[in-house]
Amino acid sequence: MSEKNKAILTGRHFFSGDLACAEGALAAGCRFFGGYPITPATEIAERMARRLPQVGGTYIQMEDEIASIAAVIGASYAGLKAMTATSGPGFSLMQENIGLAVMTEAPCVIVNVMRGGPSTGQPTMAGQQDVMQAKWGSHGDYEIIALTPSTVQEAFDLTIEAFNYAEAYRVPVMIMMDAIVGHMWERVTIPPADQIKIVNRKKPQVPREKYAPFKPDEDLVPPMAVFGDGYHFHATGLTHDEEGRPRTESIKTQQTLVQRLCDKIRKNADKIIQIRETMLDDAEIAVVAYGIEARAAWSAVRKARNAGIKAGLLRLITLWPFPEKQVAEVAKKVKTIVVPEMNYGQLVREVERAAKTTPVTFLSKLGEEPHKPEEILEAIKGGKH
Amino acid sequence: MSTKKLWRKPLDIEKFKVPKAEICLIKDRCKGCGYCIQFCPRQVLEESEEINVRGVHPPKVVNPEKCTICGFCEAICPDFAIFVLEKPNEKKETKEAEKNERKK
Amino acid sequence: MAEQTTQIAHPLEPFLRKTTIPHIWCPGCGDGTILNSFVTALKELEVNLDKIAVISGIGCIGRIAGYTNTDSFHTTHGRPIPFAVGVKLANPELNVIVISGDGDLFAIGGNHFIHAARRNIGIKVICSNNFNYGMTGGQQGPTTPLASRTATTPFGNIEHPFNLVHLAAASGAVYVARWTTLHVRRMTESIKKAIQKEGFSFIEIVSPCPEIYGKASKIGTAMDFMNWFKKASVIQNFSDPAQAEITAEKIPVGEFVDVEKPTFEKLLREMTAQAQGKVTGGA
Repeated sequence: MSEKNKAILTGRHFFSGDLACAEGALAAGCRFFGGYPITPATEIAERMARRLPQVGGTYIQMEDEIASIAAVIGASYAGLKAMTATSGPGFSLMQENIGLAVMTEAPCVIVNVMRGGPSTGQPTMAGQQDVMQAKWGSHGDYEIIALTPSTVQEAFDLTIEAFNYAEAYRVPVMIMMDAIVGHMWERVTIPPADQIKIVNRKKPQVPREKYAPFKPDEDLVPPMAVFGDGYHFHATGLTHDEEGRPRTESIKTQQTLVQRLCDKIRKNADKIIQIRETMLDDAEIAVVAYGIEARAAWSAVRKARNAGIKAGLLRLITLWPFPEKQVAEVAKKVKTIVVPEMNYGQLVREVERAAKTTPVTFLSKLGEEPHKPEEILEAIKGGKH
Repeated sequence: MSTKKLWRKPLDIEKFKVPKAEICLIKDRCKGCGYCIQFCPRQVLEESEEINVRGVHPPKVVNPEKCTICGFCEAICPDFAIFVLEKPNEKKETKEAEKNERKK
Repeated sequence: MAEQTTQIAHPLEPFLRKTTIPHIWCPGCGDGTILNSFVTALKELEVNLDKIAVISGIGCIGRIAGYTNTDSFHTTHGRPIPFAVGVKLANPELNVIVISGDGDLFAIGGNHFIHAARRNIGIKVICSNNFNYGMTGGQQGPTTPLASRTATTPFGNIEHPFNLVHLAAASGAVYVARWTTLHVRRMTESIKKAIQKEGFSFIEIVSPCPEIYGKASKIGTAMDFMNWFKKASVIQNFSDPAQAEITAEKIPVGEFVDVEKPTFEKLLREMTAQAQGKVTGGA
């Protein structure tokens, strides 16, 4: 086999965030990509178009993003690890079927390389304007998992973890990567295959007659048969019972199903949530940031420390489920919190909610590069008592 | 037996198997569309007087001897409420004689 | 002497999902006959049911996936085709059959239909064409005849309907047929043919909607629909699909297209083999 035909390109590479994301998917075992060209996510599709055939997988450019996510869910139900990559407008088109993936518990990964919106907005400029949409974009009550990388290495690592979460919890997992991380080139180390942790979905352990496709185990996640296994099971976007039968008028079925779909994420939140704390032990001021903004914030916190200000950084890697407990704990320790985001105020509201009485200062950036460390430093100084 | 009413016995009848139909109705599945009655090429069925669990009149078999087991009623039924079987005891050639004996 | 009994199971029972039958469809609805014909085709072909996946969309016929004793998926409105494309490409060994309605496949899902046909992906699409949106109460749809009255065309429909077999043929389908639910035998034969054929196959089934469209359009009862089909249907095998428009006077039915063309899966297999055989691209 040619070196280039390997799914896991163990070694050191110089990648953009988009390429690292594609390689992370391949390393995680992704063998299906359905997508549609869109700036600034197109490089992921292009990489997959070249690499998937080399590793025996399937790439297809669908007719739109609605078709892309539908094909991804189909491929997932046929047994493959599947993903798509898009940006704001495509992400909006995908929302209905993200709800379908939630409802039918289809493991899949959706990458949103975030640009400026609303609408067509600024295709080549970065944004963090879709982070609430990731959680609330489809109708009804549901929970998903959303991860956000700050480095190109993390784009690789988190894409693997996204597939692992998707398989473990049978849920769509989103990589919310701002366009700066997506287009930024950095060194990436891909470990040997045996050092990469891979999670695969639980398969049913019962014969066909006894298989109920939506009957959960103790972790609230049902084992998943795939098409062709001989289980003859039915899945529907309608409210359904454990057998998969539509129950459109049963109050109890609706309650049981919707609560379980949410609780399988909420009750496992401690296992899912990832954060990084820097210099928070004695901090009086905390910056809460994610994505590219966390890098500027880290620089600002160092500058503040050099100036004798007790600042620290809480970097959110998991955006959803929101690290409420973790933010609350930090809020208890500090006097004030600063939240820089490349939007007009989104995740800051979640931070405010979790921080309770601790005052929160919001820094907005729209339509240009991310905050300069100095700008965040100014806010830190402003919050210094 | 209805076969007594045959007015003529074809000369080569021994060579041909005359299928005997067993028309099976799952009455409570019937939604009363009437397709089986209307499109039976041999007018075997009629609407019955009885009312099933769905509140409609399922068909009844009125001319069983006319049924040739074409199966059109079974194929067109939207509700899987009717099907036709060939009576098992008359399938085999070896029982031909016995069958003829019985007819008399 | 014929007998009546409820003791013996219907011969198609093994092909139906026990827990969901009887179905929800109205008396005389053609969807039941389509289900009957479809499972009859499966039975007659003696196919391995483990390798069949039935995919449906939203609408009355969308419930069909829940009734077949196979793997099945009931997608969102308009999306059974792209879902089926994902299934087929992920596991080409599966026979993937989309069964949905005219609104689902040709209004909200029209884009997916033409592109799946253009790519010649080996899925089979069976469309129950009942001329309107039945489940939502009989609104005008992409196949509603001109001047026809529906819940949303109270003064008569001013839109020209699709000629579905023409659309399918022009989009690149390798097998195209149209029957009415009265043509049960031929419908079954066409479904059998489509299941065995490689490439994108399309079968339109003109279907009665007595409770909804029948009332609004004044066509009438289920039997009135069937009598119309009987009177107006003309078998025109391999005639020009462009000339196969459905009118009150004439419903051209038959097989319109049956050609061979490399499937997407075949070309994909070849390309994959080629990609694996040589070094391409840089890391």
